[in-house]
Amino acid sequence: MPYIPHSDADRAAMLDAIGVKHIKNLFADVPAKVLYPKFKFPPPLDEQTLLEHFRFASDNNANVNDYMCFLGAGAYRHFIPSVVDHIVSRSEFYTAYTPYQPEISQGTLQAIFEYQSMICALTGMEVANASHYDGATAVAEAVVMAYNVLRKKRNKVVMSPFVHPEYRATTRTYVQGLDLEIVGDDTRQDAQSLLSLVDEETACFVTQFPNFLGELEDFRGIAEHVHDKGALWVVVADPIALGLFKAPGDYGADIVVGEGQPLGNPLSFGGPYLGFFATREQYVHKMAGRLVGETVDAEGKRGFVLTLSAREQHIRRERATSNICSNEALNALAAAVYLAALGKCGLRQLAEICYHKAHYLAREISKLRHYEVVTTKPFFREFVVRCPKPVAEMNEALLERDIIGGYDLGRDYPEMANHMLVCVTERNSRLEIDTLVRALKEVS
Amino acid sequence: MTEPLIFEISRPGRCAASLPELDVPEARLPQAFLRNDLPLPEVSEPDLVRHYVRLSHLNHAVDTGFYPLGSCTMKYNPKINEVISRLEGFAAVHPYQPAHMVQGCLYVMYVLQGLLQEISGFAAISLQPAAGAHGEFTGMLMVRAYHRDRGDLGRTKVLVPDSAHGTNPASTAMCGFEVVEIRSDARGNVDLEDLKAHCDEHVAGMMLTNPNTLGLFDENILEIAKIVHGCGGLLYGDGANLNAIVGVVRPADLGFDIMHFNLHKTFSTPHGGGGPGAGPVGVTKALADYLPGPIVRVEIPDEESLDEGLYFYPFMPPKSIGRVKAFYGNFGVLVRACAYILHLGIEGLRQVAEHAVLNANYLRVRLQDTYPLPYKRTCMHEFVLSGKIPGAEGVRTIDIAKRLMDFGFHPPTIYFPLIVPEALMIEPTETESLETLDAFADAMLQIAEEARTQPELLHNAPHTTPLRRLDDVRAAREPKLRWQP
Amino acid sequence: MKVEQGLLYMESHEWVRLEGDEAVVGISDFAQEELNDVVYVELPEVGDTFAQGDVFGTVESVKAASDVYLPLSGEIIAVNKELEDSPQLVNEDPYGKGWFVRIKVSDPDEAKSLLDADAYAKFLAEEAKKGGH
Repeated sequence: MPYIPHSDADRAAMLDAIGVKHIKNLFADVPAKVLYPKFKFPPPLDEQTLLEHFRFASDNNANVNDYMCFLGAGAYRHFIPSVVDHIVSRSEFYTAYTPYQPEISQGTLQAIFEYQSMICALTGMEVANASHYDGATAVAEAVVMAYNVLRKKRNKVVMSPFVHPEYRATTRTYVQGLDLEIVGDDTRQDAQSLLSLVDEETACFVTQFPNFLGELEDFRGIAEHVHDKGALWVVVADPIALGLFKAPGDYGADIVVGEGQPLGNPLSFGGPYLGFFATREQYVHKMAGRLVGETVDAEGKRGFVLTLSAREQHIRRERATSNICSNEALNALAAAVYLAALGKCGLRQLAEICYHKAHYLAREISKLRHYEVVTTKPFFREFVVRCPKPVAEMNEALLERDIIGGYDLGRDYPEMANHMLVCVTERNSRLEIDTLVRALKEVS
Repeated sequence: MTEPLIFEISRPGRCAASLPELDVPEARLPQAFLRNDLPLPEVSEPDLVRHYVRLSHLNHAVDTGFYPLGSCTMKYNPKINEVISRLEGFAAVHPYQPAHMVQGCLYVMYVLQGLLQEISGFAAISLQPAAGAHGEFTGMLMVRAYHRDRGDLGRTKVLVPDSAHGTNPASTAMCGFEVVEIRSDARGNVDLEDLKAHCDEHVAGMMLTNPNTLGLFDENILEIAKIVHGCGGLLYGDGANLNAIVGVVRPADLGFDIMHFNLHKTFSTPHGGGGPGAGPVGVTKALADYLPGPIVRVEIPDEESLDEGLYFYPFMPPKSIGRVKAFYGNFGVLVRACAYILHLGIEGLRQVAEHAVLNANYLRVRLQDTYPLPYKRTCMHEFVLSGKIPGAEGVRTIDIAKRLMDFGFHPPTIYFPLIVPEALMIEPTETESLETLDAFADAMLQIAEEARTQPELLHNAPHTTPLRRLDDVRAAREPKLRWQP
Repeated sequence: MKVEQGLLYMESHEWVRLEGDEAVVGISDFAQEELNDVVYVELPEVGDTFAQGDVFGTVESVKAASDVYLPLSGEIIAVNKELEDSPQLVNEDPYGKGWFVRIKVSDPDEAKSLLDADAYAKFLAEEAKKGGH
């Protein structure tokens, strides 16, 4: 066993010191009838065989880098600069625990503080926590937070049908034990028309930017109406889009959350990702999750600590704002390195590239017979195309041409059968885009 | 030794990324939506790398030194797992690719489900939860769904021992249950009389960690399960301490109905400075239909189409509580854990538990005559001392913890569990050598001596770290939670 | 440690000063000492009503969070806004500037169930003897 250093002599000396004959004697408190059962287990694999085994399994996947990929829908294929994996692969970062002892954890603490600062800059908010599990759970916790901010007196949540379907499902799971009702599933509504559902019983109004269909919905006047009713406005935002478009904080949002995966985290079959979570300073004591704050040490030097922890479960137990303990710190580090690498100009430039390429594809598709670009509102890097055939069928045909097609919207919205959500990023060259257009023509 | 903030080394016009040229015509940008300002840092790649590498030097980590943080299982993280999780066929796979394109991922998940079933004795597993606390929440939602499904609506209470992790009561409360605290007895076990007194038709279940947070195996576990089941409740197992019994005992055999695994503890996936983790949940047959999905199933071909091989596909259990996050769970963490388990085999896992327990007992024996040991029993993978050193009344546990840093060790978990005053919770794990344990024990003994003879040395510790003790009152009273120009 | 005369106390360490049909509520010197450096106080909204013994707020130090209970039933008519920026007032002047809320008392008879200063001091002494701390 390569990871257990004990020699026979070590074991003998230790058992002798403890005063027992066999290691098994240390398990005397365990009821004898359940000790050492028979297990059905495969034999152990040496490192070389193990690697071959997993390489075989991974080769059984079609990885997106071998295809022309136009699939997004909440998980995005952006290029990850080499520095990101280089930094997060440093074992001083990845083999550390939660920075409970600040004197020997300044690396993690400062990196998280910088992450929090960058998320605030991006979202236009005043405080951000050190991350949630993913975009879906960040939305769910935002809803629970709004309910708590309003002292559990308001029992209605108005959520746009174009918040990511899995985020909506997750939120419904999260509030099962709470006295909360989620409304707003009518897909004929947009953000503006849904507003009429926000009333004095409403804890929060939840919209997504860009929404699940890729559209930039008109947010003007929303904050005024929601606040007028005494409710909170939660915006689920795409962090790359925020490189180009106005921050939700500028529109008056109260909580801004989202999926941080596009910021330097690999697709990795859906996880681990990170949920980012930002809000206004006045709500900081109701926010879940860890927070890093700046302070000084005994000699007056600047340093960082976990702070306001009396909100958290390890102190407040059943009265805590949330049960979250482990978060996605390493993914947040990746996001921070990514944001620092692209920086002020790089992120804007990247977002513009995605925008222009997506619009180029949309224009080309709109020239095709049998296809219709359904999206009429402004959009970012995704838009909706009505196809002449079921999307699953389309995608199989595209796959024969080495193209991974878009997301089948009929899965979540029955009235949108044959509607494909197409995603374009900087990874898609003009050649790829033109190839897709040609392929669509062929398979129509 | 401090490092400037990334914002402070920023200079206008620098950028560490090179983006591809735009190769399509520009489209019109929607002016009304555009932002004017994006206050992100601007740095070159060399400056960026130096910044983060310097920051990394300010961290203590498993790869830099002993990390006996109780309840956290800071064992060595094998490097082969990092290599495997980064294989392009895992890292560059989109969660919405159709099942036939991702058979390798689904295979790994299916195998891991099966391995965890065999290790735990449970009938079914969901890999969706992203962390231990997430698994607890998932489990308690299943408890709720189970009772409601049977029309048993009066079960509003959940019993939680006073020694429990804070996540237990917090997860319980998030599901709308009322938390009822159960006392520990003089041996550190659940107080059976107190338990019986609270067991009635209003009890939905009990959350229990075994071995518990004192590092003690509750000898009455079978009796506890009988009492809880007797009043119609379900027994939830917090798997945080599975490292003590993996390969030695199956939790389902102890009477647990549900349990979460912490893959980032028992199964060696790195903690990442706070995450990501993974908290799969295992359940008995009676609860399998309530699991959150998707879980992975396999279609075994009939004899004629045998050469087409197995087909793995995602599946949503019929009475599922629903999703607890997007997509499939923390797949990158699942791959690492799966590799670890296959690498070690069940015999290797048994050795993990045995050596974790051996190491903890060795340290216990070396320290128990100097530091008060409130529960004088053989411990499992960890043990709890009190920092109330006889003859050093002015010294607190925090001082001992800070002084340990001067010896190059990460302090144990302190002030937890709450039922031991001035607690020091020590979990060495199986991957530490006898020499490391001895060096740590020697340091602890020397610190106890210093506590009696030179308490100021402890009060002012640490002395050798990049920063001295930090002012956490100031941090909380005047929160500065982001950089501002 | 000071127990101010003229106030009424709860065993959970809140004090109340009766002023006509109104009353001012805070936590005792003993409570602030136990908590150590107070970093945050969460208070109710003006207009909220509570019954005697209800949790009406929370007080946090770096390492602890404690609920605070209302000694008498009533409606909140004022909260100490200064605690938002200066929670240390609870440590520095628990019976004065560190007050929490002012209430309109709905049932003055409830005061009979509270401890006077001498009884509270005696209670603290007994607790200390039990070695609870």
